[in-house]
Amino acid sequence: MKLVTAIIKPFTLDDVKAALEQLGVLGMTVSEVRGYGRQKGHTEVYRGAEYAVDFVQKVRIEVLTDDAAVDKVVDAVVEAARTGKIGDGKVWVTPVDTIVRVRTGERGTDAL
Amino acid sequence: MNAGDTAWILASAALVMLMTPGLAFFYGGMVRSKSVLNMLMMNFIALGVVGVLWVLYGYSLAFGNDAFGGLVGNFDNVGLEGTVGAVSGTAPTPEDPAGHQYPVLAFVMFQLMFAIITVALISGAIADRAKFWAWTIFAALWATIVYFPVAHWVFAFSSADGSVVGGWIANQLKALDFAGGTAVHINAGAAALALVIVLGKRTGWPKDTGRPHNVPFVLLGASLLWFGWYGFNAGSALGANQTAAVAFTTTTVATAAAVIGWLLVEQIKYGKPTTLGAASGAVAGLVAITPAAGFVSPLGALAIGVIAGVLCALAVSLKFKFGFDDSLDVVGVHLVGGLVGTLLLGLFSTTSVNSAGADGLFYGGGFAQLGKQAVAAGAVLAYSFVVTLVLGFLIKVTIGFRASKEDEVTGVDEALHAESAYDFGGLGGGGGLSNSVKPSGAHSAASLEESKA
Repeated sequence: MKLVTAIIKPFTLDDVKAALEQLGVLGMTVSEVRGYGRQKGHTEVYRGAEYAVDFVQKVRIEVLTDDAAVDKVVDAVVEAARTGKIGDGKVWVTPVDTIVRVRTGERGTDAL
Repeated sequence: MNAGDTAWILASAALVMLMTPGLAFFYGGMVRSKSVLNMLMMNFIALGVVGVLWVLYGYSLAFGNDAFGGLVGNFDNVGLEGTVGAVSGTAPTPEDPAGHQYPVLAFVMFQLMFAIITVALISGAIADRAKFWAWTIFAALWATIVYFPVAHWVFAFSSADGSVVGGWIANQLKALDFAGGTAVHINAGAAALALVIVLGKRTGWPKDTGRPHNVPFVLLGASLLWFGWYGFNAGSALGANQTAAVAFTTTTVATAAAVIGWLLVEQIKYGKPTTLGAASGAVAGLVAITPAAGFVSPLGALAIGVIAGVLCALAVSLKFKFGFDDSLDVVGVHLVGGLVGTLLLGLFSTTSVNSAGADGLFYGGGFAQLGKQAVAAGAVLAYSFVVTLVLGFLIKVTIGFRASKEDEVTGVDEALHAESAYDFGGLGGGGGLSNSVKPSGAHSAASLEESKA
């Protein structure tokens, strides 16, 4: 089992969610995060004083999946989140030891 | 008594009262979220402190008969003695059977609101770093030795029969100040500059003092100020009459023009028009038209507004050159805006609008009025700056004026008031995982148990 974590531009979230739903992905966790990569931040000007806003608003998506589906899930996220411009984000995959569904106590792929 | 005039003065007093909470939000939005409550409190406490002093002796010092060589009014009206039931204004005549008399107390309350907001204006210069009680004591003393005397010079007119002698700027110099360009704005702006010198920069200024935490608050506050300012300026006609309508009109057009002026400067200098700039431009226009409101034509007001918007937008950057952490630009907006309005009045004032005014340079009056305006502006600026500097240093060396560096970094809301402004998180049902460890009135866990039983 794998955990797919994606950092994407906030406005691409709807497209990413739709793409994952089409693949049959049944759930995901979304959080609002801030950070920067090569895009860096932006500057804001208040009464002539410039402020550097280093950390940019991004959305983090976390999806649990079984090993067989992981490549499709990653491809779907990457395709839906890509604008071709700097700051599109990153996707990474980490192995997951076990998963438990809290309601039933099911474990492993049954809990997906 | 004239019911229309009385109603307008009372309504205006209420409008001006609303300016101080409006100012609190205008300022509060500009500071960081960790000190917004302290900013609101520094303004709100002015309502408390000055409201009490005004009744005790403030009104008397400002509007009592000239005393102490013309510095200030006398003590005849201490405790508002002699004001209850008294009337002011023009008595009825055969040509004007209604007359224009109103209760003295309506005027007392109207002028109180001016005293309150003038004190509150100063607080923006020392955001994030002042001890609350030190500020409060400063507010009381500053009102007493700076505002009340200056209000006497500018606002206290001698009575027609000569029984009450008013202040020197209004009656001897005859400089024009319709609603307080000198007594309110130059006065507060000069005091702000002095306090900035006394308290020094905030920790981390200018790099790490944060951007405004709530720009919508700033615009909301500026809008409340604009609304209340109709009481400030049109109310200063002290009657429901043509002059009030003129002041209402000039206030509107000057403010509108100043918004555009400020935004054009931003567009040209920084490439973007900002919400903070629009709010600031409005206030700059309101400040500048204040002394001129009842003395200039609508087009004169338009010129004053746009000039004030442009000059104040340029002036707010100067603090970085001089190294003064005037945190919310009280000097750049109120001192500069007050000077712009007070001096331009020497050019734009016209008796065609108000026979009680004067003709300025552009209306054939030569440089005479401009000279009087400059003397009034300079006198108020110098008096306020010097006395505030001395008062500020006295507070600094006795009880201390600045919060500790640790409190400043933690945030003065938590450190000085034991409160925090916001908890938007979902944790703990929005209570931020805080729970009551000592319910009010319960002195021990045992008494809490008893009360449950």
